[in-house]
Amino acid sequence: MDLQFDLVNWMPQLLQGLVVTIEITVLCIAMGIVIGLGLAMARLYGYRPIYWLATVYISFFRGTPILVQLFLVYYGLPSLGLKLAPFVAGVLALGLNTSAYQAEYFRGAIQSLPSGQMLAARSIGMSRFEALRSIVLPQALRLVIPPWSNELILMLKYSSIVFFATVTDLMGAGRIIASDTFRYFEVFIVVALLYLAIVLVLSWGLRRLETHIRVPGLGRASEGSG
Amino acid sequence: MGPDGAGLILSQFPEFLGATLVNLRVFAALIPIGFAVGIGVALAQVYGHPVVAAIASAWEWFFRGVPALVLLFLFFYGLGRFGLDVSAFMAGALAMGFRSSGYQSQIFRGAIQAVPAGQVTAARSMGMSRVQAVFTVVLPQALRLAIPSWSNEFSSVLKDTTLVYAIGINEVMRYARTVYVSHAELAMITFLAVALIFWVLTTLGNAGLHVLERRLAVPGFEVRGAGGARADR
Repeated sequence: MDLQFDLVNWMPQLLQGLVVTIEITVLCIAMGIVIGLGLAMARLYGYRPIYWLATVYISFFRGTPILVQLFLVYYGLPSLGLKLAPFVAGVLALGLNTSAYQAEYFRGAIQSLPSGQMLAARSIGMSRFEALRSIVLPQALRLVIPPWSNELILMLKYSSIVFFATVTDLMGAGRIIASDTFRYFEVFIVVALLYLAIVLVLSWGLRRLETHIRVPGLGRASEGSG
Repeated sequence: MGPDGAGLILSQFPEFLGATLVNLRVFAALIPIGFAVGIGVALAQVYGHPVVAAIASAWEWFFRGVPALVLLFLFFYGLGRFGLDVSAFMAGALAMGFRSSGYQSQIFRGAIQAVPAGQVTAARSMGMSRVQAVFTVVLPQALRLAIPSWSNEFSSVLKDTTLVYAIGINEVMRYARTVYVSHAELAMITFLAVALIFWVLTTLGNAGLHVLERRLAVPGFEVRGAGGARADR
């Protein structure tokens, strides 16, 4: 078994792909935060129809494979007349997916806060919105960091599926180099190591964020699972 | 895409279900691998010699850190280079199985550590060997405590079996693709059909595991915080 690595020629392309991977991850996570917060609000405070819409949305995006969701956006939407660029389709599908999971994390974090706080805020005359903005959400956003970090790293890895939508992310770049050189195994070893490196850096950074933001004594009110 | 399209998909539904059976076969092959290796890795990390524990941790770190698609390609193209000529199915099952073992080991490790350590001490003071204490006292409880997190892993892995599409296995995504290729206007409804199948499967599976959890629960012996930190997908 002889392994031949040609890092000098491979790295430029792979690193370009890595940049695309990071772009996609950041964009889809951002989308997930915005939509996820909205969904969490809908499930916590919304009227019946809004609550049910949010619940169905979350159930759909958590209960179906992410690859199916990608194909629904990339192949399905054009059949309805909406043709998106591969990159946009990828970000959209991934963003919708992560929004459902993030919604539940936000909801869990908000619900783990003592309910007396909202009560107290309302009793001094704050509107629900003001209470959310100044009291509940700042604490919830701190509490949500552990599961949210997990989600960020998960999406970084799942972003590799956009290669099915012909996006040249790290996975796509690897595939191209591999099919050119037939060194599939070696190329994907390097791709794997690159993903591991990014995950390592990201995990380290998120852990530091968590300790930096932590307020001793103000942990989760209830110990949730995972 | 109108009533004709829906009718076409409906008439092909049996074929969709048949193709899904391949996914379920991959699932059935990979879960035992993940389970057995996962428990082994978890035991090595909790009770093993420091070097063994380090190797186990490295295993877990690798298989949790590398994306599933990359692992699939590594196994698909790599096993042959090492002289192991396996089918795409085998490569897929191994890749996804080892990947799952990384996540399952984290779940079991958390569950094992959630069993009060005093129990092992008590068992040993009764004359049990360490091995006996672990296998008859700790593991049964750990497995029970792990059920909630494990059911997250179950759903996640079930849905991820669709990724083996990447290495050419003839499962449901591949079948959906053949339908779509000849009827591009039916893409939406085709993939919605696949989505529905998996949605039913994951919902039933989670419900079943929930029932199992309730039936096995011992009042007073729940331990909060058991299970791994794996986000449920």
